[in-house]
Amino acid sequence: MNPMLNLLHTLSDTIFDVLPIVVIIFGFQFLVIRRQIPHLGRVLLGFVYVLLGLALFLDGLEIALFPIGKLMAQQLTDPVFIYGKIADVAMTLHWQDYMYVYLFAASIGFATTIAEPSLLAVAIKAQEVSGGAIGVWGLRIAVAIGVALGIALGTFRIVTGTPLHYYIMVGYIIVMLQTIFTPKTIIALAYDSGGVTTSTVTVPMVAALGLGLASTVPGRSPLLDGFGLIAFASLFPMITVMGYAQISHWRATRALKKSQ
Amino acid sequence: MKDSLLHFIHSLFESLRDLLPILLVIAFFQLVILQQPIPNLGELLYGSFLVVLGLTLFVQGLEMGLFPLGESMAYAFARKGSVLWLLAFAFALGFGTTIAEPALIAVAEEASKVAAAHGAIENSLQAMEAYADGLRYTVALSVGIALVIGVLRIVFGWAIQYLIIGGYFGVVVMTAFAPEEIIGIAYDSGGVTTSTITVPLVTALGVGLASSIKGRNPMTDGFGLIAFASLTPMMFVMGYGMVIG
Repeated sequence: MNPMLNLLHTLSDTIFDVLPIVVIIFGFQFLVIRRQIPHLGRVLLGFVYVLLGLALFLDGLEIALFPIGKLMAQQLTDPVFIYGKIADVAMTLHWQDYMYVYLFAASIGFATTIAEPSLLAVAIKAQEVSGGAIGVWGLRIAVAIGVALGIALGTFRIVTGTPLHYYIMVGYIIVMLQTIFTPKTIIALAYDSGGVTTSTVTVPMVAALGLGLASTVPGRSPLLDGFGLIAFASLFPMITVMGYAQISHWRATRALKKSQ
Repeated sequence: MKDSLLHFIHSLFESLRDLLPILLVIAFFQLVILQQPIPNLGELLYGSFLVVLGLTLFVQGLEMGLFPLGESMAYAFARKGSVLWLLAFAFALGFGTTIAEPALIAVAEEASKVAAAHGAIENSLQAMEAYADGLRYTVALSVGIALVIGVLRIVFGWAIQYLIIGGYFGVVVMTAFAPEEIIGIAYDSGGVTTSTITVPLVTALGVGLASSIKGRNPMTDGFGLIAFASLTPMMFVMGYGMVIG
């Protein structure tokens, strides 16, 4: 297909997706607030940039990264790659045989999270609001480590076929315990970071991995076991972001004690 | 003019740095582990160029459009002093942005296949479509309600941890009663509801509200709206599974 045509198609899709937001914002602006938006021209230009940027971004992902990412997920989960010969598959299943899958899950989770635009937006805002106490990169790396751990554990769960809710419940308990000890200012941000990580880049990549695993591991069904990776990817960033806050807090107080 | 061009080039490099980890991971696994050549190198480069350009424009537009818009609306609502309109806006924003979310449409379709395979609904195209639509409206409703609760929390200064942990408790209790096939979908639905345009807008709204209401701290109180939006869908989807199944 013509690349230009493709791009226009993505752009019209993006505009269509954004339409409800625009209608709601301008509806409330004109009917309820009834006050001119400050710097209207600049805001509108910004909106155009966001739409154009998102369309280019999605189109680029579709052309470059999703095909190869999905292909690699298939190849890495292929029993022929894992066991060498197809004949061995039905006989034995060791979770250790899937080491490369866990490694791929962790690294692709980390990498896609760094490129995730919504997380970048929240990180910029957090740096601005905290007056630089929380850095854009610190937050992004903390979240990316969380997603990496989460997705690696999620693939392990699919391979072993253990129930999803046990993992999630243990995760919740860790979150609760951390909440007690974390500096209060970070709690809301940490809770937010769970939801923002799984967006345009991570979801399609991770879904391909989950589906590939669930359809090739003997005894798993893609319909039942393919789900759940996103849940892991939204739970673990909360734990790592609070951990990041606790470590920075601890180091700051220790430095203060030393200087006294 | 020269300054803004320099700024643009600088942002392009930052976006390139954001994308670099993905390219490295793909190159490493393809060349070292799978030991295969990289297919369609031209397309990979062209697509990566689009991604970098797109990310740069997005960040630019974020600072110019979405952040100021979210904040100015928060200030305007705070000045108007009408909590009811503010809540109506929050609900509309949550419901409206979720109902059209492509990721959610995809998940709802998958979910209807699972439900049909398990005999929770009739195995016909019509029944599956009705199930998927019902699920989408349920999730959209839950996100609308989440933003209403989140905004109320900012207005009244409730501590977020009690609400969220209470919510988790609800999720755990409901997991025990929900049909097994819906649990994975429900847990995932929390993550997919918040889109790339909603997140900056909602974050700016929350921070703007917290900084314009006296006694609220933008750091402690401004964040957290997204957290509610990823929690309530889990409960509502399990509820949906229990009612339909």
